[in-house]
Amino acid sequence: MSTATESHEDTHEHGMSDAGYIKIALILAAITALEVSTYYVDFGPLFLPSLIAMMFVKFFMVVSYFMHLKFDNKLFSLMFYIGLGLAIFVYVAALATFKFFM
Amino acid sequence: MAETATHSADHAADHGHSSTGISNNKLAMWLFLGSECLLFGGLISTYMLYRGRVSDGPHPEQIFDIPFTSVSSFVLLMSSLSMVLAVTSAQRKDYSRTNLWLLVTAILGATFVGGQIYEFTAFYREGLGFSTSLFSSSFYTLTGFHGVHVTVGVIMLLSTVGILKKNRATGDKAESVEIVGLYWHFVDVVWIIIFTLVYLIPA
Repeated sequence: MSTATESHEDTHEHGMSDAGYIKIALILAAITALEVSTYYVDFGPLFLPSLIAMMFVKFFMVVSYFMHLKFDNKLFSLMFYIGLGLAIFVYVAALATFKFFM
Repeated sequence: MAETATHSADHAADHGHSSTGISNNKLAMWLFLGSECLLFGGLISTYMLYRGRVSDGPHPEQIFDIPFTSVSSFVLLMSSLSMVLAVTSAQRKDYSRTNLWLLVTAILGATFVGGQIYEFTAFYREGLGFSTSLFSSSFYTLTGFHGVHVTVGVIMLLSTVGILKKNRATGDKAESVEIVGLYWHFVDVVWIIIFTLVYLIPA
């Protein structure tokens, strides 16, 4: 019983320390500030790629660290990324049908 | 041997875990969030298709208040930090601090929803009704659906605070907080996409 309890407790110890989460939040805030700066500063041809890249970095940082996917069981990642991948595939195909990318 | 395996499976089931050791509730939440990707994917794609179809109504660039929405985005982003701190507090069984961080998260979420209501009111006064154009319909549907999700999240957070305070939680309290947290963070990541694609990238 004690072994079962210990292994149960161990599952709660994955992840990061509070200081680590605060660091992640500060990085996310800095990226958001950089995103907003694109509204005021002309980034030229880098405007769109940089915004999309920053969006993806923020997305995966929240999912990996705040939602613990990086540390948790891989089955949870599979459940989420299957849904995400399916959504991207279906809607990119739908947008392409409507000639959105042309 | 078979008896041991049955006992182990029964023990796992008692704790809401499958025989693989994975929490059924957590797995269900991840499955739900995977399906939510399809819902928001449809709404975002529809907006992307129709954002240039403004008819006689105002254009997105004419009405969007980027500084205001940036502050709202920052508020929602920081609510993800308070949420994750609530989860770590619950894992340490420090429930008074868990309740505090859950309340902070709920307040930040309510602030975001308040900002969205203010924004919608301002847009409506500037002539952007729901049926003004395809742009307005798809914009209000997308951001409205997200706002409803945030509102549901705030209700979930306040309910969790109430349940923890009255000590009515059944099963693993830390896991209950973590599952509410997963939903909350998902609402945040959806806004990360909406903020970039809808507000920052011009039509």
